[in-house]
Amino acid sequence: MSATRPLHLAAEIGGPPRYDAGSHVALARLAEGGALDFVTLNDSFARPGPDALAVLARVAPATTRIGLVPTVTTTHTEPFHVSSAVATLDWVSKGRAGWHADVSTTEAEARLFGRRPAAPASALWQEAGEAADAGARLWDSWEDGAEIRDVATGRFIDRDKLHYVDFEGSTFSVRGPAIVPRPPQGRPVTVIDATSGPAREPAARYADVAYVRAASPEQAAALRDELRRAAAAHGRAPDSLRVLAALTVDLGDAETTPEPGLGTGPQHAGRGTYFRGGPVDLAELIARWHRGGAVDGFHLIPITPERDLERIVNGTVALLQHRSLFRTFYPGGTLREHLGLGRPANRYTRASTSGATS
Amino acid sequence: MKQMHLAAHFPGVNSTTVWADPRSRSQIDFTSFEHLARTAERGKFDFFFLAEGLRLREHNGRIHDLDVVGRPESLTVLNALAAVTERLGLAATVNATFNEPYELARRLATLDHLSEGRAAWNVVTSSDAFTGENFRRGGYLDRADRYTRAAEFVSTARELWDSWTPDGTSRPFAHSGQHFEISGEFTVPRPPQGHPVVIQAGDSDEGREFAASTADVVFTRHGTLEAGRAFYADVKARLATYGRQPADLKIMPGVTVVLGGTDEEAQRNAAAIRRQQVSPQNAILALEQVWGRDLSSYDPDGPLPSVDPDPGSSLVQGRVRVADPLAVAARWRELSEAKGLSIRQTVIESTARQSFIGSPETVAAELEKFVADDAADGFILVPHLTPGGLDDFVDLVVPLLQERGSFRSEYAGSTLRSHLGLTEPVWKG
Repeated sequence: MSATRPLHLAAEIGGPPRYDAGSHVALARLAEGGALDFVTLNDSFARPGPDALAVLARVAPATTRIGLVPTVTTTHTEPFHVSSAVATLDWVSKGRAGWHADVSTTEAEARLFGRRPAAPASALWQEAGEAADAGARLWDSWEDGAEIRDVATGRFIDRDKLHYVDFEGSTFSVRGPAIVPRPPQGRPVTVIDATSGPAREPAARYADVAYVRAASPEQAAALRDELRRAAAAHGRAPDSLRVLAALTVDLGDAETTPEPGLGTGPQHAGRGTYFRGGPVDLAELIARWHRGGAVDGFHLIPITPERDLERIVNGTVALLQHRSLFRTFYPGGTLREHLGLGRPANRYTRASTSGATS
Repeated sequence: MKQMHLAAHFPGVNSTTVWADPRSRSQIDFTSFEHLARTAERGKFDFFFLAEGLRLREHNGRIHDLDVVGRPESLTVLNALAAVTERLGLAATVNATFNEPYELARRLATLDHLSEGRAAWNVVTSSDAFTGENFRRGGYLDRADRYTRAAEFVSTARELWDSWTPDGTSRPFAHSGQHFEISGEFTVPRPPQGHPVVIQAGDSDEGREFAASTADVVFTRHGTLEAGRAFYADVKARLATYGRQPADLKIMPGVTVVLGGTDEEAQRNAAAIRRQQVSPQNAILALEQVWGRDLSSYDPDGPLPSVDPDPGSSLVQGRVRVADPLAVAARWRELSEAKGLSIRQTVIESTARQSFIGSPETVAAELEKFVADDAADGFILVPHLTPGGLDDFVDLVVPLLQERGSFRSEYAGSTLRSHLGLTEPVWKG
């Protein structure tokens, strides 16, 4: 049964910092040519690089189907602004936005803002979960159909369908409602990297997509099961969470004998697990892990996007498509549709309007 | 002939914007922003302008429902518009009170890079606890502190933009001031324009001084020739104190235009638009904004209330207060009695009058006169329809301005600074 689950693939397009639009557009279009679910663009205040959400907003009109998931940090930013910006990315991309929530743990980042000292990761991840929660409430704060344009009564909106969120977090509060009307996807896709311990709880509770890092399919399956159980404990349907294995890939030396699979990579390759080999070997690995039901898919992080992404799309993905293991075109238009996730019901819509009694 | 500058303001969330017209389209779909931006670029405009909202307006404790509600986050829309335009400047209104210099300077620098030198920032300040309820900072800044914070915010942003050398080497920065104490490294190289263009929109004495010391463009409300000339002279005279030349600051009033085949037809069109803008419900609302009282039981086609305004009212939240409600009420009563006008007719007569009404030839000549007489360096055009409200202006008035030599026929440069004739700021290493 698990073998028939659709495979989901995402790719990071960041690398050495680039500040122009063209190089990002080219990589996103390349990934779109492979019908990948989404591209990610990592971001941090701690190292050189442009604002990732801005870059993917620039990419949006130059692409048509691929999901766009920038990293957005929650430690030194305003939850209200974050929610508005991600909702707007969803509007300009016509329903293709997500955000990868991350935290800023260093003193160096704290000094860039001068508002609060660095804090332990556990506290920052609790706050990140609250920012995701508050953001989702703001996205729901306009019910669908709130805009009525009723000339007879002179009313543009039905204000009974706009809601204060009155969110009280441990470090911030937000009154609401949102300034931005409910985005096309209802709620843009929330992604959390569940590799570190303190991130697992917010991932299980608030994420639509969680990343794990594992050295074997068995380990990945155990991490996936743990996240799904934790999601269920929060009252979520476990199938509302997609678990992707994050994998740093180096396809640079494809002509030589590949290393036998997978080990813990060198520091420069970033966090977590590392694959070095050829595109065909990568396809074999993806097929094997997915066939066994270990994960819902992969988040591939090429060490050199300009070189490796082309090999992923034209080598690895083409082979998976040839074996009917991966889509060859996008049947849907939104990122949620690519991921097989429904458009969420609005928590503020009264039960009576959906036919139930209160 | 003195050249004019033109900008397109996306229709706002107030009664200037007519949503009940059958031609009105979405205030949030990207296609609406793309339409107006492409129209502005077809007309060789200097820039496209987006306002900002941080809290939905309230009236009498409830969300205001009579005008357009809801808008996108400015900088994200402008980055997307950079993909569908090539030369048009892209101006975002972003509040200096509810943002931090490091993050905002980075977002503005990113827009300038992604658009290859077309970014502008309209600096606004607010202090109210009402808006603050959506933010960590919450609370309240003194009126005086609003401008000292904004001034320090802009100078800090410029330090960050200058923290990389022009040849692309990152260097650490440290800023220590009354409002900000920050240090580290900026993540983005110096923007293509050096510094994105800074726009200022306040009209108080502090606002004018802030503009003279800091801004590249002033967005003013002074729509009449005499008021415009006085404002222009006042602000330009303040520049010398800061070692700046009159050409270093462009004064651009926000204006509305109504066209017709003849001047008479344009007047009829203008009257029809004013009736659309002041619906019966909006007439009562406009009255309540002055009176500060619940007047929902009054008939919009009946006489004005005999009760006086409540000057201490908190009925209206999230918009600029009427400065002297008793005086405004007295003026409106006088007008109503003199002409026998109802509530709605009084509001139509007293508010929402368009700035330039006439045939394309008449409007072109009047715009030129404003510029020639030093009442403005250009205009920020505020259309009443989304998104086609400037189609006619671009098709009918711009060609006349171009023929008469008062407006560019092609972009000479590629950056917003080049469109505005502003020099690139000197790098302060």
